[in-house]
Amino acid sequence: MTPTLQVVLIVSAALFSTGLLAALSRRHAIFILIGIEMMLGAANLNFIAFWRFSPQSQPPTGIMIAIFSIAIAAAEAAVGLALVIAVYRHYRTTNVDRLNQLKG
Amino acid sequence: MSSIAFVLIAVLTLAAALAAATLQKLMHATLSFALTFVGVAALFFLLGAEFVGLALIFVYIGAVAVLVVFTILLTRRDVEKDRGANWGGTFLAVAMFGGLTWAILKTQSVAIAAPHIRALTVRRIGETLMTSYVWPLQCIGLLLTAALIGALVLVMEEKR
Repeated sequence: MTPTLQVVLIVSAALFSTGLLAALSRRHAIFILIGIEMMLGAANLNFIAFWRFSPQSQPPTGIMIAIFSIAIAAAEAAVGLALVIAVYRHYRTTNVDRLNQLKG
Repeated sequence: MSSIAFVLIAVLTLAAALAAATLQKLMHATLSFALTFVGVAALFFLLGAEFVGLALIFVYIGAVAVLVVFTILLTRRDVEKDRGANWGGTFLAVAMFGGLTWAILKTQSVAIAAPHIRALTVRRIGETLMTSYVWPLQCIGLLLTAALIGALVLVMEEKR
């Protein structure tokens, strides 16, 4: 008895929802970024699952998209954390509730 | 792909993800984040995508988690702890999970078992990357260069 595609997709949906929870309820900018990374990870899991459960294709598209998406996630994390450091230098806080200078 | 291993790894991954989303201490949450991606990489291994799993471990544990730890230490004057989940976020996340699960369970075409496939070798991944995906590969290289230069420019000290 091996898990079906359904089970993998439900695990991935749970991981996505947890990432959403982190992105919505955290107040620390770094952890909002971590939540976004978790959602990207869930999307990658979906790509891999659909590649594994489909009849073998030439070329392995799901794998390729996952590799590219990991590279983009790395670039996003680097720029995001640099932004957090730049914001911290300016405002001396990383709490997104206190970054309200543009609030009307 | 064994069922017991899959369930164990999935439960571990989701528990670590929940801890990363809700723990009050920032360092503990970061370690849980790293553990989450170890779990996701293990799921990739179980699904037969060894190369992607290894790349995930290199990128997330080796680079992103270390970057996050550095950023937390650099911005530590903000000693206040993060508060946990709030009601709106929790409700939205639960609603999202419920909706997705409902849609997955309702779709008949995804209730399939894994077909037997030939193992994917790194050689074939490399050949595919260098033939049909060579333009995306170049674009990713350009994007990574631009992102690194951009990150450097963002954190460079301004000259007074």
